[in-house]
Amino acid sequence: MSAAPMWKKLLRVDVALLILACLLPVVDQRWHLDMVDPMRGVMVFAILALGLNIVTGFTGLLHLGMAAFMAIGAYAFAISSCDIYPFQLNFWWAILFTAIVGAFAGVLLGAPTLGLRGDYLAIVTLGFGEITQDVLKNLDVITKGTQGINPLPSPHVPWWTATGFGMLEFTSEQELPWYWLFLGFVVVAVVVCRNLERSRTGRSWLAVREDELAARCMGIAPVPVKMIAFATGAALAAVSGGLWVSMYSSTGEPGNYDFQVSILALCIVIVGGMGSINGVLIGSIAMLGIANIALPKIASVMQSAGWVNSGSVFGSPNNWKYLVFGLVLVVMMRVRPDGLLPAKLSIVNAKKKNAVEPAP
Amino acid sequence: MIVSQAAVSESVAPVAMGWGDVLSQQLITGVSNGMIIAMIAIGYTMVYGIIELINFAHGDLCTLGSFLALTLVGALGMEAWAGMGGTAAVVTLLISSAVFCGALNWTIDRVAYRPLRGKPKLALLVSAIGCSFILVNIALFWGGLPMEVFGGGNQAAAPKDFPSLISNENLLGAKSAITVTWRDLFVVIVTVPLMIGLTWLVKSTRLGKAMRAVAQNPTAAALMGIDVNRVIGSTFLIGGALGGFASVIYALYNNTISFQMGYRTGMDAFTAAVLGGIGSLPGAVVGGIVIGLVRALSDGYIEARWTNSVVFGILILTLVFRPSGILGAKLREKV
Repeated sequence: MSAAPMWKKLLRVDVALLILACLLPVVDQRWHLDMVDPMRGVMVFAILALGLNIVTGFTGLLHLGMAAFMAIGAYAFAISSCDIYPFQLNFWWAILFTAIVGAFAGVLLGAPTLGLRGDYLAIVTLGFGEITQDVLKNLDVITKGTQGINPLPSPHVPWWTATGFGMLEFTSEQELPWYWLFLGFVVVAVVVCRNLERSRTGRSWLAVREDELAARCMGIAPVPVKMIAFATGAALAAVSGGLWVSMYSSTGEPGNYDFQVSILALCIVIVGGMGSINGVLIGSIAMLGIANIALPKIASVMQSAGWVNSGSVFGSPNNWKYLVFGLVLVVMMRVRPDGLLPAKLSIVNAKKKNAVEPAP
Repeated sequence: MIVSQAAVSESVAPVAMGWGDVLSQQLITGVSNGMIIAMIAIGYTMVYGIIELINFAHGDLCTLGSFLALTLVGALGMEAWAGMGGTAAVVTLLISSAVFCGALNWTIDRVAYRPLRGKPKLALLVSAIGCSFILVNIALFWGGLPMEVFGGGNQAAAPKDFPSLISNENLLGAKSAITVTWRDLFVVIVTVPLMIGLTWLVKSTRLGKAMRAVAQNPTAAALMGIDVNRVIGSTFLIGGALGGFASVIYALYNNTISFQMGYRTGMDAFTAAVLGGIGSLPGAVVGGIVIGLVRALSDGYIEARWTNSVVFGILILTLVFRPSGILGAKLREKV
């Protein structure tokens, strides 16, 4: 297998996206597109989906509880950094701590459950997501229940200003510093994922996904391999949660990390192409583009045209999200199960998977 | 099973007071809710038994069933139907909702699942989750109908009051400490015959035999001349119809419906199906009653806000430690 041409091809998509991302703030300022704010959400969800992509895309385990790890990350970040708790780490240490807590939570969930078959595992992860939400909501002594924990610290980043060396200011009014910060995190996450994919571990993930029995015959122990995938995915999801709450300076209420968020992450991975890192990037732009940019625009156009009034159930863009996510899943599964940018080895198209599956 | 027998005997015995009353009351509520959960669980277990799909959309299908019922109540002015009219109203609701849900479930199978036969199971599951989301959104829009029963359609997402068409009067007399209402009786009167009928259908008819054959081995069944797709379609039709009955019973028993209720109810029912042993009809009924009791006891003795976690905890523990459930299928799992 010749790695060089594939690597080149992949390189071009990433780099193109990175260049576009760097140009966006300039273009945005020139034509007042208001795209910087929604793009921050795109980037946070890209990190979440990169985590899911490791679990579902590379390793082939359907995971329906990614929001739980995002929530765990959010609360780990908040508790380790907020000034009402004794730890009060700064932003960078808190993010590191968040990643470690996320990985630990992933192992905790994975250890008893990774021996389960695919659909049962999916349901267990879903249940974990629901329980996490309930626990966060009900343990209000620690988590402040539905009020959420705030305020949370912003990062300190050295920056060249017009007058010389200074600190980049991260406040809730400033969109650009956050934009660059998140872009940096996405770049790091993509590099980590790509290196992992081509490492020994990554190749074991693909092997377990394609044929667990054959992988076992080659000396790969499936459960530890899946465990690493779970832990890495959870760590990325936790970091995305930490970044998200740091931007809002509050964790918000636990209900924000609900099943819809997990499914949004799944939609991103499926639209992009399971197991394809570039696909995840494209998928997050597409899905959040629809949910957070296109739907509100369409709603405002429809309202100004007088087709719906603002009180109507059709008038609120939020009321269309379930339909959009649902249609994406159903239509993609029928029409293009490999996604927009398919990974080279595909799981959905491998027909043999269904015919010969190994006993557990 | 032991628990549910206790429920029956204690509800009959005229217990005097104190914690015994509270417990019996919880058990009665638990069994009634459990029978409703069981009806929905049957829909999960039948579909899982035949194509090994966790039909994620089933709970939300039931939501639509109760929305249809509420629409009919509003459109036909059923609240005013007195005497025998009340019975007629309930029967009309049950039948129309069952027909609607059965047909809808069949359509979903035809459109979203059938094209994916032979593909990996996870693709099918993803498609089912997609269907579930679409149905939730339809229910949300449905709640925006400009009808009086839907609150004029201004608050589409708000829970809707379902009129009490069945009396809430205590059958044991107003002085009794324990309350058994017409509603509790109604749940049993409707669900038990349906369950018996279903058992007869699966055990003794040609269609039932074909279903069992397809569940065991679709290829062999096809070679024996069974139209596999038609049998699977009928399974969805029957499972959906039972879900339709359950949705009306749920609405009449609890008097409130919302567009998101299918998710919770669906997860309860799925937990019940798994707990009883997925693929097994008696298992679904036993599991449903157990989950109903667990919910009632957790509401009463732990705290209502932890009840969902308790149910999900049971689901996870069952899947991890005893995936074949209480009355697990005798067949080894076709992994």
